[in-house]
Amino acid sequence: MAKSHVSTTVNGDPVEFLCDTAETMLDVLRNTMGLTGTKEGCGTGDCGACSIIVDGRLVCGCLMLAVEATGKQVTTIEGIGAPDRLHPVQQAFLEDAALQCGFCTPGFIVAAKALLDRNPDPSETEIRYWLAGNLCRCTGYDKIVRAVQHAAAEMKGQPA
Amino acid sequence: MTYEQKNLRVVGTRPIRHDGPDKVTGRANYASDFTLPGMLWGRVLRSPHAHAKVLSINTDKARALPGVKAVITGADLPLPPPGVTQAGESAINTQHLAKNLLARDKVLYDGHPVAAVAAISEAVAREALGLIEIEYEVLPHVIDVDEAMKADAPLLHDDLFTEGVEPRPETPSNIAKRIVVSKGDIEKGFAEADIVIERTYTTKAVHQGYIEPQGCVANYAEDGQAMVWCSSQGQFVIRDLCITMLGMEASSLKVIPAEIGGGFGGKTTVYLEPLALMLSKASGRPVKMTMSRGEVLRATGPHSGSSMTARIGAMKDGTITSAEVVIKFQAGAFPGSPVGAAVMFCSAPYDIPNLSITGYDVVVNIAKVHAYRAPGAPNGAFAFETVLDELAHELKMDPIDFRAKNSAVEGSKSPYGPTYGPLGGIECLSSAKNHPHYKANLGPNQGRGVASGFWINIGGQSAATVVVNRDGTISLVEGCPDIGGSRASLAMMCAEVLGIAAEKVRPSIVDTTAIAFNDVTGGSRVTFATGMAVVQATEDAVRQMRERAAKMWDIEVDQVGWRDGAAQEMNGNRSLTISQIAQKAAKTGGQIMGHASINAAGAGPSLTTHLCDLEVDRETGKITILRYTAFQDAGKAVHPSYVEGQMQGGVVQGIGWALNEEYIHDENGRLENAGFLDYRMPVASDLPMIDAVIIEVPNPNHPFGVRGVGEAPIVPPLAAIANAIYDATGVRMRDLPFSPPKVLAALEAAEKTKANG
Repeated sequence: MAKSHVSTTVNGDPVEFLCDTAETMLDVLRNTMGLTGTKEGCGTGDCGACSIIVDGRLVCGCLMLAVEATGKQVTTIEGIGAPDRLHPVQQAFLEDAALQCGFCTPGFIVAAKALLDRNPDPSETEIRYWLAGNLCRCTGYDKIVRAVQHAAAEMKGQPA
Repeated sequence: MTYEQKNLRVVGTRPIRHDGPDKVTGRANYASDFTLPGMLWGRVLRSPHAHAKVLSINTDKARALPGVKAVITGADLPLPPPGVTQAGESAINTQHLAKNLLARDKVLYDGHPVAAVAAISEAVAREALGLIEIEYEVLPHVIDVDEAMKADAPLLHDDLFTEGVEPRPETPSNIAKRIVVSKGDIEKGFAEADIVIERTYTTKAVHQGYIEPQGCVANYAEDGQAMVWCSSQGQFVIRDLCITMLGMEASSLKVIPAEIGGGFGGKTTVYLEPLALMLSKASGRPVKMTMSRGEVLRATGPHSGSSMTARIGAMKDGTITSAEVVIKFQAGAFPGSPVGAAVMFCSAPYDIPNLSITGYDVVVNIAKVHAYRAPGAPNGAFAFETVLDELAHELKMDPIDFRAKNSAVEGSKSPYGPTYGPLGGIECLSSAKNHPHYKANLGPNQGRGVASGFWINIGGQSAATVVVNRDGTISLVEGCPDIGGSRASLAMMCAEVLGIAAEKVRPSIVDTTAIAFNDVTGGSRVTFATGMAVVQATEDAVRQMRERAAKMWDIEVDQVGWRDGAAQEMNGNRSLTISQIAQKAAKTGGQIMGHASINAAGAGPSLTTHLCDLEVDRETGKITILRYTAFQDAGKAVHPSYVEGQMQGGVVQGIGWALNEEYIHDENGRLENAGFLDYRMPVASDLPMIDAVIIEVPNPNHPFGVRGVGEAPIVPPLAAIANAIYDATGVRMRDLPFSPPKVLAALEAAEKTKANG
């Protein structure tokens, strides 16, 4: 079957790719574009390791068909932070030891950024429910929740 | 090496881990992140049956599919010579491993591999799997451990005769092994007791649940030299298992460790790597293989489900006089469950004069079990620590006081043989008793549970190289994959010995050709054993730098000391920094590199006590954890944040095991919940913060007093939660998991008994 041609924007850059209609956005990010920071933990939308932001919405890359990216703005972990400065969520994860194996970390950081973009002052409960779609097997979530609280405080302290 | 108390400047602080920036930016490469030019995609065809004879396999149509480059079956993997490969806490039988990698005449579980293909894309590989024709004759299966032990149970292996029974049985059975630990005279002990309680417990198989599925890339060259990139807990064990399976030489296979996305014991063996090598050899191209989550749950080592009976007797003053425990473990399709650890360690926090603990290793039709964090110990502690709670209630003693009265201390003889050195058991108990958590008020339907746990921790083989760079920085070379911050803790110990900042030491985990053999990252051994190798390698480098300084000053080396990252003249005030020495290295004898390769002995056991508060919803049966505090003896916390992290993570795995996680099979023995939606691990909204209280009773056999920390925290939660449920409801639950339907049924049964009583 002929491949579909998709034009989209990934991390601010215009991107074109060809894909099978059955391919997921996760497949294309990892295997076609080489953006392997987005991880596959389950392929069924249960673990959140493939979290990406599409037009401001947090989605699982494994549940989105690649052809759906047409005309959209896609942000992956590679698009968060700048070369000279980590995003406050990334910095807080480092300072608060909020990662162990690090495999779920990109998904958590993308999800946490999406939370703080819409709610700069989340309660602990709001953080826990927002991140309930991201599985971490190493940390027990304690330090992750604290890192998100820490990042929120840092971001509020910064001039917009 | 022995412990010395000293003023520490790096050990005990909380620097940012060296691999952190790569891991928060997505740069870190895990197993499935590698790609090679010309790479093929491999996939595995798995048995849909729990137990069946394989009558025929026809791969002709799959081979004929355009884009398919190789197809392999069990016929392509000859059985290796019999033998055992040590892999941390597991001993791997090589012939069983070969039969597990690719089934031959029989499939033994839902998910057992029967064939594998390599093709130009994943889609073609999947299509090819559908074209492989296999004729099965389905056999009766057995999964429950008690059922599998019955004389008329379906037999998995007709050549399996129970070890550890005299005389050797004449008929085969599913009972692979019987092991016994005993001391004193239990019946005499029970006769001395004023109260004896006997209870029976069951637990279901659970999975390690690492978020990264197994994956690898293999490249087998025409001259027989091969490389594998993979995620594992030990590149050397992966190499050794692969070369044993494929009849290769050790120097012909380079295994390159990718970052590992969690292991918890489950990544100390091979599932894909030998198949990828075979497919690469057959196709002449690199081959990538990754598992789906369903494959991970169906076909990689879960942890044993179990059935246990514990009988413990105590006197009115609270002295435990005798304990008898029988523990039966599912081994999965091949022998080798961790029942031995349950037998040796379930009573290990206590000094009990009369003991008899018997374990059975039983094959059943699920994937071969594999190590899972403190393998076996949580099961044993679940039974032992809940009977202790019942005894404390009957004796009207505080459960912490009751445990403290019977605690093993330095000089007590362990149930498994050796006499204990310094132990932190009493310190954990008293710290728990004095903690505000223990005095906090509870509301209606809320309860508090206490349980303790033990893990032995291991030492083993580790190597380290300390390379001194011209600018005074250090390249630390080591061979143990970093699952949870070990790069940081090892670099910190190196920096401490040198007297420099942790950031000046850059740790690297290298491939199997770049350092001597290292045992796996497992057994809570890396900070202890590899840490000791790092300290010795660093001391070697310091010795060499002192020698060079002596040469530069033209004095005797015994006149040169070492302080604050510099050689110091003892009878004078000259000093030379690391970089000043390193820049002259070419003229003073060549580049400076310290090295150590050791087999570390003297690991110190971890003792731990947990407090759990929970609330039971009487309408739904749902349990909510309200507060949790873990107290654990770490010996010395090198990087306290990552010690806390190990404790918090272990606790939460235990909470998942206690409340929700279980393997559910249909009547045909197929795993019904082979995905994260239905294999329900804890998520952030299920939990409160987990408080971690680090206690430091130094291990006398480590220069900084380090014990291990990773495994002990998963030991107490099952019992702590069971005991808290009783405190909240008056109901004793003894069959895991305590999922809402089971809690509701138990509450209703208790109501009925009360109404009828």
